[in-house]
Amino acid sequence: MSEFATIDLVPTEPVKAESPLAMCRVDVITEPKAQSAGVVVREHAFLGHLVLRGNAGDAGFVNGVEQALGVPLPLKMGPLSVDEARGVSLQWISPDEWLIIVPGGEAFAAEQRLRETLGGHFAVMNVSGGQTVLELSGPAVPEMLMKCTPYDVHPNHFPVGKGVSTTFAKTTAIIRRLDEDRWALVIRRSFADYLYRWLLDASEEFGVHVAR
Amino acid sequence: MLHIYCPHCEEYREEEEFRPKGEAHIARPQNPEETSDEEWGDYLFFRKNPRGAHHEQWYHAAGCRKFFNVTRDTVSYEILETYKVGELPTIDDTSRRAAK
Repeated sequence: MSEFATIDLVPTEPVKAESPLAMCRVDVITEPKAQSAGVVVREHAFLGHLVLRGNAGDAGFVNGVEQALGVPLPLKMGPLSVDEARGVSLQWISPDEWLIIVPGGEAFAAEQRLRETLGGHFAVMNVSGGQTVLELSGPAVPEMLMKCTPYDVHPNHFPVGKGVSTTFAKTTAIIRRLDEDRWALVIRRSFADYLYRWLLDASEEFGVHVAR
Repeated sequence: MLHIYCPHCEEYREEEEFRPKGEAHIARPQNPEETSDEEWGDYLFFRKNPRGAHHEQWYHAAGCRKFFNVTRDTVSYEILETYKVGELPTIDDTSRRAAK
């Protein structure tokens, strides 16, 4: 256990939490039902996001992360480590950086487990307030993504379970493919309003439904 | 648009994701206190600007956010190789002439 003062960023007293999209007003014409829409947008707000830094060449670190989180540490760009049942995912961001996403309210416990398990030189940061996740589903999602990013989203190049950080709509976003027709974007809070408007605008021609 | 191979992501990515960061392999003088003003000025400000193969640094700003080195032909813009920081280039103008 590293000797750090740690704090649970989610206070115990009930306070009103607001997603980055809480104030977003859009005047795109949306489809009333998900079935008739080419793109369905659903925000997964208030998930726990942690940034983990460490040495991928250190076997103790790699094993420690797997022990603490229950999913293996991905050691190269692309394939995500996901435990769907527990809602835990682990993504390679750079050779010494990973993004951990856990269900809402579990970020502090995951951070504590990592601090207890890992030793040596590493860092864990809770960035839950800094980003949010948008799930995209529907038949027109790949076509819509092609309008937004130079990254190749063709199924041959973007298999299920892959996650990349790339340019998206003149800013950056993490694109993930969850299964055959479900995708997810991890976007920054400061760009959430802009990207949400961009997404709805780009999806309008395919018919877009916003799921709550 | 250039298609650049990131040695960390191990994949070709669009130029849009990268930022050029100038000449690579510039060694800082070992003893700055004993370095003449002229040498220090060369280190800080003077760059090679060659015609032909150029070793330069690039930054994968939208991807892995790591620096790496690129050997690029400044005439044709062709990227001849990319390699990690700390490694040495295998291609320069001499080796290209020899290969012809």
